[in-house]
Amino acid sequence: MKSSSSQYGEIDRRVFVKKLIAACPEALIVTGLGSPSYDVYAAGDRDQNFYLWGAMGGASAMALGLAIAQPNKSVLVITGDGEQLMGLGSLASIGAQQIKNLTIVVLDNGHYAETGMQKSHTSLGTDLVGVAKACSLDWSMHVKEMSGIDAIAEHVNAKNGSGLANVFIKAEEYPKALPARDGVYIKNRFRAALGLEPF
Amino acid sequence: MDSKEQSLIHPWKDEIFQIFKAGGVSQVAYVPDAGHAQVINQVWADKDMAAIPVTTEEDGVASVCGAWLGGQRAVLLMQSSGVGNCVNMFSIINNCRFPFLTIVTMRGEWAEFNQWQTPMGRATEEAFQMMGINVLRADRPETVGEVVSAGFDAAFEGGDAVAILLSQSLIGRKKWGVK
Repeated sequence: MKSSSSQYGEIDRRVFVKKLIAACPEALIVTGLGSPSYDVYAAGDRDQNFYLWGAMGGASAMALGLAIAQPNKSVLVITGDGEQLMGLGSLASIGAQQIKNLTIVVLDNGHYAETGMQKSHTSLGTDLVGVAKACSLDWSMHVKEMSGIDAIAEHVNAKNGSGLANVFIKAEEYPKALPARDGVYIKNRFRAALGLEPF
Repeated sequence: MDSKEQSLIHPWKDEIFQIFKAGGVSQVAYVPDAGHAQVINQVWADKDMAAIPVTTEEDGVASVCGAWLGGQRAVLLMQSSGVGNCVNMFSIINNCRFPFLTIVTMRGEWAEFNQWQTPMGRATEEAFQMMGINVLRADRPETVGEVVSAGFDAAFEGGDAVAILLSQSLIGRKKWGVK
């Protein structure tokens, strides 16, 4: 584990993600590229995980289509601040749909970890919770402690709104944990877990 | 043709909506265009379809793929200027082999008053092809239904990625109120 000199949040991302998924065992998960994909995979591979390895900015929008298609399931996006910043407009689209089964968890270290820890806009003034609120998501919250998992999981499992949790994590890099990069395989096994045929 | 206004009701637009309806489309993502307005209104009025306005076309690419991931058919409506916004997001389609259908109203190719539309209009077909998406085009009102139906089946029966371009001549000149 390599620590950055800049202290951002206090939360250990790997521990947080593992506990969050354990608390939301039924959730359909879409991950943003880079470290969030590694975190979710490191927590234990699941058929109901859709790992993005590219398509930066697309995780929340993809989850929107999925959540509308699967209204009885809870859809959970686990992404990073940089990825969500690229897809800010998707928050407006999610707010417009007023769906009840979509949660976005932003693992916010204020930096682009994958590319050398350059500062992102969240450490330069952007508050994603404020953005989510302004986009009329049903709830949004800052999470600075591990205990925030309970509140997030409650929303995910209740399927009672759309929301965003901005989780302040330590700006540090972990060893990469690499999920499958074969998109067709990931797609087909995800669909199979929903009882859907491969194409 | 020259006197045609963009806001006119066209029977071929009904045909597009009917193809969606008969084909079981559940979600229609869009960035609006005058040429799509009639279909967008019909989608909003249909209780079995979700109309999904997106703020940029690339979000529509991701959302229609998410719909298929969850077992629903979804279509993306946009104009040619939006195709350039989508290019990297098309990677999802390629990597995951999602069935994909988009219908694109063309700008910058027929009596275009606003030449800012022209560079992307000129590059639209090639941009799709560079990203591995098949392109079909409808130039005449009487062929729209047939072309859209062929693209629809190629996408949702055959699993292909298809873009259908609707020529600007179909939609008519945009009225600018200037001489």
